[in-house]
Amino acid sequence: MKDEVQTREDRVAGLKGLGCSRKRVEDARFTQGKGNYVDDIKLPGMLHGDFVRSPYAHARVVSINAEAALALDGVVAVITAKDLEPLGLHWMPTLAGDKQMVLADGKVLFQGQEVAFVVAKDRYVAADAVELVEVEYEELPVLTDPFEALKSDVVLREDLLGDGDTLPDGAHGPRNHPNHIFTWEVGDKDATEQVLSEADVVAEEMVYYHRTHPCPLETCGSVASMDKVNGKLTLYGTFQAPHAIRTVVSLISGIEEHNIRVISPDIGGGFGNKVGAYAGYVCSVVASIVTGVPVKWVEDRMENLMTTAFARDYWMKGKISATKDGKITGLWCHTTADHGGFDACADPTKFPAGFMNICTGSYDIPTAFLSVDGVYTNKAPGGVAYRCSFRVTEAAYFIERMIEVLAIELNMDAAELRRINFIRKDQFPYQSALGWEYDSGDYHTAWDKALESVGYEALRAEQAQRVEDFKAGKTRKLLGIGLTHFTEIVGAGPVKNCDILGLGMFDSCEIRIHPTGSAIARLGTISQGQGHATTFAQILASEIGLPADSITIEEGDTDTAPYGLGTYGSRSTPVAGAATAMAGRKIRAKAQMIAAYLLEVHDNDVEFDVDRFVVKGAPERFKTMKEIAFAAYNQAIPGIEPGLEAVSYYDPPNMTYPFGAYICVMEIDVDTGEHEIRQFYALDDCGTRINPMIIEGQVHGGLTEALAIAMGQEIAYDELGNVKTGTLMDFFLPTAWETPNYTTDHTETPSPHHPIGAKGVGESPNVGGVPAFSNAVHDAFRAFGLRQSHMPHDHWRIWKTANDLGLHG
Amino acid sequence: MSNKMHIKLNVNGEDHEFLAEPRELLIHTLRERLNLTGPHVGCETSHCGACTVTIDGKSVKSCTMFVAQANGAEVTTIEGIGSPDALHVLQESFREHHGLQCGFCTPGMITRASKLLEENPNPTEEEVRFGMAGNLCRCTGYQNIVKSILAAAAELNAVKEAAQ
Amino acid sequence: MIPAAFDYYRPNDVKGVIALLNEHGDDARVMAGGHSLIPMMKLRMAEVPHLIDLQDVVALKGIAIGGGRITLGALVTQHELIDHDGLAQTAPILRETARQIADPQVRYMGTVGGNVANGDPGNDMPGLMQCLNADFTLVGPDGERTVAARDFYEAAYMTAREDDEILVGVSFDAPKGGQAYEKQKRKIGDYATAAAAVVLTKENGTCTSASIAMTNLSDIPVFSQDASDALIGTSVEDNAIRAAVAAMLKDIDPVEDNRGPVAFKQHAASIILTRAIKSAWDRA
Repeated sequence: MKDEVQTREDRVAGLKGLGCSRKRVEDARFTQGKGNYVDDIKLPGMLHGDFVRSPYAHARVVSINAEAALALDGVVAVITAKDLEPLGLHWMPTLAGDKQMVLADGKVLFQGQEVAFVVAKDRYVAADAVELVEVEYEELPVLTDPFEALKSDVVLREDLLGDGDTLPDGAHGPRNHPNHIFTWEVGDKDATEQVLSEADVVAEEMVYYHRTHPCPLETCGSVASMDKVNGKLTLYGTFQAPHAIRTVVSLISGIEEHNIRVISPDIGGGFGNKVGAYAGYVCSVVASIVTGVPVKWVEDRMENLMTTAFARDYWMKGKISATKDGKITGLWCHTTADHGGFDACADPTKFPAGFMNICTGSYDIPTAFLSVDGVYTNKAPGGVAYRCSFRVTEAAYFIERMIEVLAIELNMDAAELRRINFIRKDQFPYQSALGWEYDSGDYHTAWDKALESVGYEALRAEQAQRVEDFKAGKTRKLLGIGLTHFTEIVGAGPVKNCDILGLGMFDSCEIRIHPTGSAIARLGTISQGQGHATTFAQILASEIGLPADSITIEEGDTDTAPYGLGTYGSRSTPVAGAATAMAGRKIRAKAQMIAAYLLEVHDNDVEFDVDRFVVKGAPERFKTMKEIAFAAYNQAIPGIEPGLEAVSYYDPPNMTYPFGAYICVMEIDVDTGEHEIRQFYALDDCGTRINPMIIEGQVHGGLTEALAIAMGQEIAYDELGNVKTGTLMDFFLPTAWETPNYTTDHTETPSPHHPIGAKGVGESPNVGGVPAFSNAVHDAFRAFGLRQSHMPHDHWRIWKTANDLGLHG
Repeated sequence: MSNKMHIKLNVNGEDHEFLAEPRELLIHTLRERLNLTGPHVGCETSHCGACTVTIDGKSVKSCTMFVAQANGAEVTTIEGIGSPDALHVLQESFREHHGLQCGFCTPGMITRASKLLEENPNPTEEEVRFGMAGNLCRCTGYQNIVKSILAAAAELNAVKEAAQ
Repeated sequence: MIPAAFDYYRPNDVKGVIALLNEHGDDARVMAGGHSLIPMMKLRMAEVPHLIDLQDVVALKGIAIGGGRITLGALVTQHELIDHDGLAQTAPILRETARQIADPQVRYMGTVGGNVANGDPGNDMPGLMQCLNADFTLVGPDGERTVAARDFYEAAYMTAREDDEILVGVSFDAPKGGQAYEKQKRKIGDYATAAAAVVLTKENGTCTSASIAMTNLSDIPVFSQDASDALIGTSVEDNAIRAAVAAMLKDIDPVEDNRGPVAFKQHAASIILTRAIKSAWDRA
């Protein structure tokens, strides 16, 4: 037999399982232009929807006249809030427990807000008709500053005023102003204030993480198809959580859940943009129900940037205290969170500011307190986790800036300050002051490896020389060394504390082994470029001993996939990956009984070995998984029912805590404000590594998004609430020309509670990258007295920093 | 409403004739009329390059061209660059070197890269980065795209050399 | 983003273009590569009921070099400017400038004529043409006339071209001496935060002629006679450069936008011009 000449190593390699850089199975269709994205879907008789949007950031809608639009040949309907009201669909629930207008109900709260939905025979006619809808607005005062909003007499949300003298509570408790959404407090306030008041040193700073946008290359869209004969609704769309969308659609439309089929086709990047429920989805559904034919809605880039899912916009006021030797004693943070016109943040229900309470970072900080105030303003709603777990990038940026500021205050090297405050390896599992249990970590090893790899001491010496040269007029360029050691919290999450709209955040995998020894596995997640079809097959291959190449992975169709909460917050590997391993183990358990029967020994006398069960102590007696699969279907085995299938719903016992050490070396031109990344070193520890090639690709991509965010990307508004960055001319996405090469590295500290020890990696580079780039900018100017400047560090802002420091003579 | 025009296009070697409004954007002609959904719409303002096709020997962003302008032209899309049985070296190279993730930018990337290598068969890394600067990718950070293109160039040159 | 409907014309000679412009007046626009106009039409910020596509007007194509003079047809693309070996020899500043415009795909479509005639202060060619003291050739119902590039621009999108005229080409003396086009921008595809075009000649270590123009620092491209004069007769030492920069700053009038506030733009303009002068001087 061929098997007999194969070494064990050959058999392991043949599986293409865990740890190998398996090439992606997705790529064949993508490289040939055969992906199937939502705008590629074309159904018979399909109509197109397009929005009339508000040019104003705050206005009353006095009247809407659609006569001229309706008179245009090819226009089928113009839907307004009045049409939706009888169906109860003029407002929809948000993920954050607020509600949001689907179409303007008497007023608009941000520029670009949806006012009417035009349905026409094609997108050209729809666009023409949008121009013909006459809307009369009465402008209202605009609030774009959250601090002003909390003082203003201008009420943005009259619908939340209640009828008495007291302001009704919001979804997250009491509100202290009509424009206030919630206050969220974690930690020990009194103890923290006490520690701060008694500390040797306290550093205080306001850290702003500006508003930006995930901006995947594919915008959001949907195609709704209501089959009135069978009463079934099929909804295709850019959904990072298709099952959640199905449940939400059922709840708000009244269509029973079994009559709704949600399909996420290929998704052209998500990064959090495609987690939310948008007016376009609802309107395409309503329009299909009304017209009885399929209706497509796809937003354009400007609509995408202006209306669906901003990220960040956190004003984080911080205080950090330490002994004079640099041992951190306490951390205090108050965040003012600008949520826009509706609170549509995508966070687990019990966490109105997400996991912002991971803001103690990688450090052993005994006492801490965090409070967050959410605020309404005349900006777009959203607040999604843009390539990060919920608000984790804000938290990481905050603590990594505060550490730098503390280093300045202590006149210490920032690398050393980190080292003496890291949570030690022997402290894990570690209980943080703000309530988390970190699963595993070895920060000192990672940190030392990183510093050594970049030649940290030599870099500092070069930097010191550069400062001297600059002062002597020999150069106009400064050198910044940006340090970051981040700890993430991903894999939401345990159902006991994580749900979205009441839906527990478990995930799932269902496996069906075919008689000839190949398999299909379906999951509750959905890939947006992460390569699930490749990596989940690898997990399974190692678990069940069938080659990854013989395993099909399917996601995104709610009629076939088991229920799951989708892909965001780096939860696919920690949760669905675990479900996959657990389902695989169920397969293996049954296979063991079959093997024992076939080998005529007791169950306990066989053991699993790569791709087979062997008789203990007699490895020449074995049955391969392929043979076992065939027997499972074709041999009558007493006491064992035919077939080989398993399903697992996995509720993780804890989150996972990936971490990493990033170092950015940056040249800064003091005169033009331009920068050049000379070196970027990224060490990631994501626990067990499933596919190193894909991990590296994720890191490259996340770092490039971090580069964009730190160095230029923003959603900016003028004082009238007009979006100033609505096209890709002004919204910064780096090209190949502006993007450096990165050096990747790793350590491997498995998660003790995850079945295969994996932690998730897709978002680490964004979480760690932003502070690394930003710290490099700050570090370049440290010798000249800079403590804090706000992102994005585009040319003019860096120039202004230099100018404010008197570096322009 | 304007009158429709009689349009002739040769796309991937195949002739097409139809009536269209002159304002129809070429990307829509390709995607919706001819069902060539490889090229994508990403930004609509000629910044992202997801809609890149080759028209009469030029790399063009087809979201910024009216079908009327393309009347009479020869167009090549990703669908005309390779076939399942005969993949273009770039298509294999992008897979080999993980030059794609979500795949949305990939057809435009490969189409543009094919033209770049035609014009400059031996590019340096800097030339690849400069020559690909009209195509945005949100997933890969470009490092592996550049690697894929450089590897494809080397392979194409090796094949050429072997043939000589 | 879908443009409004329009009637489309593709004449094959200049006469045909002029006749259409005559017939439709304000309602007609000519289009070369379309990469400025089409996005505006898609955003419905430009209304063009009659669109005249110039691509078949052969007379507007081609690069001619001879007798110390260079003539570029209006339809010459940025890509052709970069690709043309003769131009690289006689006027390398054209390649240097064109490489800094937009991105590869856009440069296959973007034309010299479109770039200079549009009157967009963000375009790079108008500044370069100021520096080169180019002549623009316009053809209208009454025939052909020539307007100096330095007299062509009146305000943003307002030029000396009449509605019934088209720009058929630009011509200029092959620049002598050192030349440089420096541009600061946020990224590939962006307009200039500040850009400077410099051509100068050096004899025995002394600057004998100089021409300086700036891009996107006013509502029109800025030719600075005073800045140019400040270099002539000097050895382009730091003081002379400072004087040229000071003179230039008096001639520009930048406005705040997403690229930054006025003070920054003035500073960037100073630095970029300094670099362009030094680079041109090194090459002279």
